[in-house]
Amino acid sequence: MDSAHSDAASVHGQRSGIRGGPAVALKILVAGGFGAGKTTLVGAVSEIRPLRTEERLSELGRPLDDTAGVETKRTTTVAMDFGRIDLRPGLALYLFGTPGQDRFWFVWDELALGALGALVLADTRRLADCFPSVDFFEQRGIPFVVAVNCFEGTEVFAVEDVRGALDLDPGVPVVLCDARSREDGKGLLVRLVEHAAERRAARRG
Amino acid sequence: MTGPQAAEPPESRPSGGNRQPEEAQWFDDEAGPMVRLFAMTRGRTRPVVDGFFDLISLIALKDPAERDGQLPTPVLDPEHHAIIDLCRSGPLAVAEIGSYTDLPVSVVRVLLGDLHDADLIDVTRPVPLAELPDERLLREVINGLRAL
Repeated sequence: MDSAHSDAASVHGQRSGIRGGPAVALKILVAGGFGAGKTTLVGAVSEIRPLRTEERLSELGRPLDDTAGVETKRTTTVAMDFGRIDLRPGLALYLFGTPGQDRFWFVWDELALGALGALVLADTRRLADCFPSVDFFEQRGIPFVVAVNCFEGTEVFAVEDVRGALDLDPGVPVVLCDARSREDGKGLLVRLVEHAAERRAARRG
Repeated sequence: MTGPQAAEPPESRPSGGNRQPEEAQWFDDEAGPMVRLFAMTRGRTRPVVDGFFDLISLIALKDPAERDGQLPTPVLDPEHHAIIDLCRSGPLAVAEIGSYTDLPVSVVRVLLGDLHDADLIDVTRPVPLAELPDERLLREVINGLRAL
């Protein structure tokens, strides 16, 4: 697998990056409803790894995590996926698949901090599932691209239909994709970074 | 600090604390020695400096020659050594260390805090996006992605 080669090569490159100069790590989030293809997409463009985090429930105050009667339950485990793409020695892009369950929204705040942008995967059979992700990134001013995962057997929605249904700002790119395709995944990431650059330039100019 | 509740499926590594006796049946000889996660961190749940160990902060071993000679030789646990061994082949992000050690990120952060206190690691925090050399870096990312 070619990603394994690039991984090995870049580990050394990155070390010299750190020793010799600044090494840069960037992160992009992959969000969307449960089963929309987040894990598939992360796996298509990078070597995927599982990641666990423990969160203290007492600090959350989320209605769904009502701790009444379970006084001993102070922490909960949140699982997510992540992948690494080495762009050149000293420059790595990390993809984080956001936890799908709504009750783990609190993890998103940390994930979103300093993120370059986000891909929101939409499943046209359950388009409403990605409303919360769209809201989240809109509210925080994080650039995002909506990727409509065209599952086999699903009607291919027109991009404009999806845009209308999600009530997206005109500037937000909507792209049809197959989350299993490496080329599509790369294309989505390129589109997202282009979008982030455009927004940056617009804000500056 | 109490141990974390087991919220994982039974096939996952049962190192999380389990309070219900009926869940103890997961454990067998192959599970190896078990310690509650926060016993590893002696109950500490936060690193010394909050936000220092971002998920994508890069951890690199410090050149022993550059280590502060005034510091006492640290007493390290097996988990500390596991992290040091992982980083021998090159720097790793905090998230990667969590994944490779199968420890929750919150635990990894505490252990990394110990290693940092002992002056054994260098930490490169991610560049705050406001300070990014905008276009040039973004273009570099785009070109890198296209070349994959």
